[in-house]
Amino acid sequence: MNKKAPSDGEMLKGTLDMMILRTLITGDAHGHTIAKVIERTSEEVLEVEQGSLYPALHRLEDRGWVSSYWGASENNRKAKFYRLTAAGRKQLLRETTRWRRMIRAIGLVMGEEATSDGGAR
Amino acid sequence: MNWHRFFHRRRSDAELQEEIRTYLEEETAENVARGMSIQEARRQARVKLGNPQRVREELWKQNTVATIDNLWRDLRYATRTLGRTPGFAAIAILVMALGIGANVALFTVVRSVLFNPLPFPAPNQLIALYGKSGTDNRGTVAAADFYDWQNGSHSFEQMAIWRWTGYNMAGDRNELPEFLQAVTCSWNLFSTLGAQPALGRSFVSTDDTDEASPTVILSWSFFKRRFNADSSIVGKTIRLNSQTYTVVGVFPQSFTYPDPKIQLWVPYHEGVPKVILHSHYSHTSHVIARLSPGVSLSRATQEVSAIQHGIFTRFGGDGPVTPAVVSLPLVQDIVGDAKAPLYILMAAVFCLLLIACLNLSNLLIARAVARRKEMAMRLALGGSRMRLIGQQITESVLICLSGGLLGIVLAAAAVRWLTMYWLDLPRADAIHIDATVLAFAVGITFLAGILSGVLPAMLFTGARVSAALQDSARTLGVSASKASLRKNLLTVEVALTVVLLVGAGLLFKSFLQLGAVDLGCATRNVLTMRYFLRGDSYSKPEQIVSFQTQLLERVRHSPGVAAAGLTDVVPGDGLYGDTTFSIPEHPPQPPEKRDGAVFRTADPGYFQAMQIPLVKGRFFTSSERLNNSNFVIINQKLAREYFPNEDPLGKHLAVSWRSPSPENYEIVGVVGDTRYLLNEPVRSMMWFPILSGIPGATADTALVVRSTTDPATLGIPIQKTIAGIDPDLPVSNVLTMQQVIGKSTANSSFEASLLGAFATLSLLLAAVGLFGVLSYLVAQRTGEIGIRIALGAQREQVLRLMLVDGLRPALIGLALGLVASAAVTRQIQSLLYGTRPLDPTVFGLVSLVLLVVAGAACVIPAWRASRLDPMRALRIE
Repeated sequence: MNKKAPSDGEMLKGTLDMMILRTLITGDAHGHTIAKVIERTSEEVLEVEQGSLYPALHRLEDRGWVSSYWGASENNRKAKFYRLTAAGRKQLLRETTRWRRMIRAIGLVMGEEATSDGGAR
Repeated sequence: MNWHRFFHRRRSDAELQEEIRTYLEEETAENVARGMSIQEARRQARVKLGNPQRVREELWKQNTVATIDNLWRDLRYATRTLGRTPGFAAIAILVMALGIGANVALFTVVRSVLFNPLPFPAPNQLIALYGKSGTDNRGTVAAADFYDWQNGSHSFEQMAIWRWTGYNMAGDRNELPEFLQAVTCSWNLFSTLGAQPALGRSFVSTDDTDEASPTVILSWSFFKRRFNADSSIVGKTIRLNSQTYTVVGVFPQSFTYPDPKIQLWVPYHEGVPKVILHSHYSHTSHVIARLSPGVSLSRATQEVSAIQHGIFTRFGGDGPVTPAVVSLPLVQDIVGDAKAPLYILMAAVFCLLLIACLNLSNLLIARAVARRKEMAMRLALGGSRMRLIGQQITESVLICLSGGLLGIVLAAAAVRWLTMYWLDLPRADAIHIDATVLAFAVGITFLAGILSGVLPAMLFTGARVSAALQDSARTLGVSASKASLRKNLLTVEVALTVVLLVGAGLLFKSFLQLGAVDLGCATRNVLTMRYFLRGDSYSKPEQIVSFQTQLLERVRHSPGVAAAGLTDVVPGDGLYGDTTFSIPEHPPQPPEKRDGAVFRTADPGYFQAMQIPLVKGRFFTSSERLNNSNFVIINQKLAREYFPNEDPLGKHLAVSWRSPSPENYEIVGVVGDTRYLLNEPVRSMMWFPILSGIPGATADTALVVRSTTDPATLGIPIQKTIAGIDPDLPVSNVLTMQQVIGKSTANSSFEASLLGAFATLSLLLAAVGLFGVLSYLVAQRTGEIGIRIALGAQREQVLRLMLVDGLRPALIGLALGLVASAAVTRQIQSLLYGTRPLDPTVFGLVSLVLLVVAGAACVIPAWRASRLDPMRALRIE
């Protein structure tokens, strides 16, 4: 395999949890759907590694941010569905706020494209 | 939360697998929908997922608490290893259980007896005061001295006095009459100690006066035993010495001062004769005091000592007054002589545990050797050293833990046994296993586990261990360094064993010496019993003499009786009393040079009954009684010491025996020396006629009967004879002379046998260790020995080679042990009798025993080595 430079698809640590929570806002979903939704909404930029998705889901469940149940998937297969809990909703809010503040801060440092004076320096 | 996850890892993993399957199916379905063939769709899905095993591992790791997981694995591994060699495991656990159990038991006793505070409020302020004269540091105190101290000192909150006494209690409702051990004490004894009654009240100052009507306080055990714990007894009267006493209170079970055998407390003025109450000469009592806050022990002692010195100067030359005062904390006073044997036994059991640990360590090294390649491999592959050490320690900790659990059970039994059979162990009632003891047990268990496990573990995970990887199967004598380590451990083990053996040997020899001591009188076929003629029926000399002569007459004519006599204390039963005397025919001596003599009473037939030889003069005659009784018989020691170049007969001793001021007694005879205690040297002794019948002075009686047959069978008939004369008179201490002697050798035999048991056990352990190491060496060197024999070495040479190899650590250990013993045995000198700490017989015998045992342990493996078939030996491996 050729060694890839850090691709766009590699996610910032900790953001996966947040995105999983965000995905679940629209409704309960199983692992496969969650991965698909993230990939699709990111316009296929982000690629969810299964190796981190499932441990992340279990971690979120342990912390009480999502709950799970076994149900039938769209194709009528047995699947484990995850649902956002009230605590998870709060956590998502916190994470989102933090995340917004963070990109703004990073944006300030890097000089946002929208501002006219920042780019040259 | 972690924990929850940790223990549900398996379920979590199962769910994950299910999820992964769903994922694959969904992905495949999607790929098929995109138009792929089913195989390609499945392949793509797999590619997308990556390695499902990794996902599982990831989650598993996330759910795992690493330390517990490792511990759990180590535990399972250790259990399996031990399970494979159940014999080894059982013996190791048993040995550890013995070592830990003995330590826990002794710790319990030592802590309860020596270190726990007394069960009184602010116990550190409590002290005991004694008279000091010459070398005697534990002189009892005269009542008049005490009252002067009490009135003249300012260092104390309170000061109290007490003395031993006893009362006859007649059966009012057909109970047998009994003799009650009691204490007569100043009213404030209880408040000085800070004890509260369970029922009724304590004494008040008005109880303790000449005019007060007699009162008594009961101990809880007496209250329960004799009065069925009926609280209505408080306020009622009981008859003691045929006099009426009002019960004012009962003290709780926890209060047993000065001794659990005490049944009653009686006010000091009630229990002590007037003569003694106002005497500075009659040293009969114990004094305790509570220091005022902020006053130091030494300042308080100085104050009292100054008062006593004043008394001494005031009476100087006129009688035996104590010159000075010493003090010590009350707890030390109570613990007394028990300290030394307790410490020695504690040290012994600790040695035992150490030996057990060394032995276990040794066995584990042998096992670790077998696994050294595995260890090296794991290290080389990047296993962490701590993990490997941890794994090895687990095994020894597991052994010690099982041993410790068993040990605690053993300890509980041992503590019960010790408190039951250790006569005269002070504070025995306070001994019990509590949380601290359990904590100690847990601590010592882990310490033992780590001690015995750490050495082998360190050794086989060290940096050089990778060398093991390079060993070829044919390399001979690879682990010489490991073997030498084991030999060093053995050396230490043997040395410790020698120390224990020497200690036990010295104690045992003392015990034998004690048994061989000549008491100075008949000890076979002699029965003794005691009674105390007190109360109204014995308030006149005639009453006492009439009882005594009647009894003697009847007993002497009983069947089976060869001779009978009366005294107050039989030889070997204790000191009881000594007093100073002067010799009117000699120039007066300064008071500090006056020596005391033990005083005893005797009837005319006593010496013959006890077969105490007459050296000179005569015994008392039957006419020397009542007022015609100013005669005295002395022992040889007194004659030699005070009448070295003259005939004592016809001379006089001036003694204040029955009166506060000295009276002259004519010396009529000299008799052979007897010992007042088996393990004490002979002292000067003087005998007064018991038939003088002085109430008080001659009331305490020991009847001795020499029988023609087994003396024990005479006990009941003679007690019936006594009851026939006075049915209300209780008889106590019905003992043969052998039993009297047994009492004074009991402690010594107890200590000797306990230490002996520990020493034997450690000898056994050392032997097992020697055997194990040498067997191992032989196995290690099989190839080498095979070559030697093949090259023409004689069997005897091989035998000698192996024997020397095994015996060397034993010999070095023996030498070290002897040196250590020589240094240590001085500590047990106080327990020895007639035995020097460096007794050559004991040291010699111990060396011999050790050599024989070590030789026996080495000879089997060595012999096996010499019998090796070289061909087979070389083919091995």
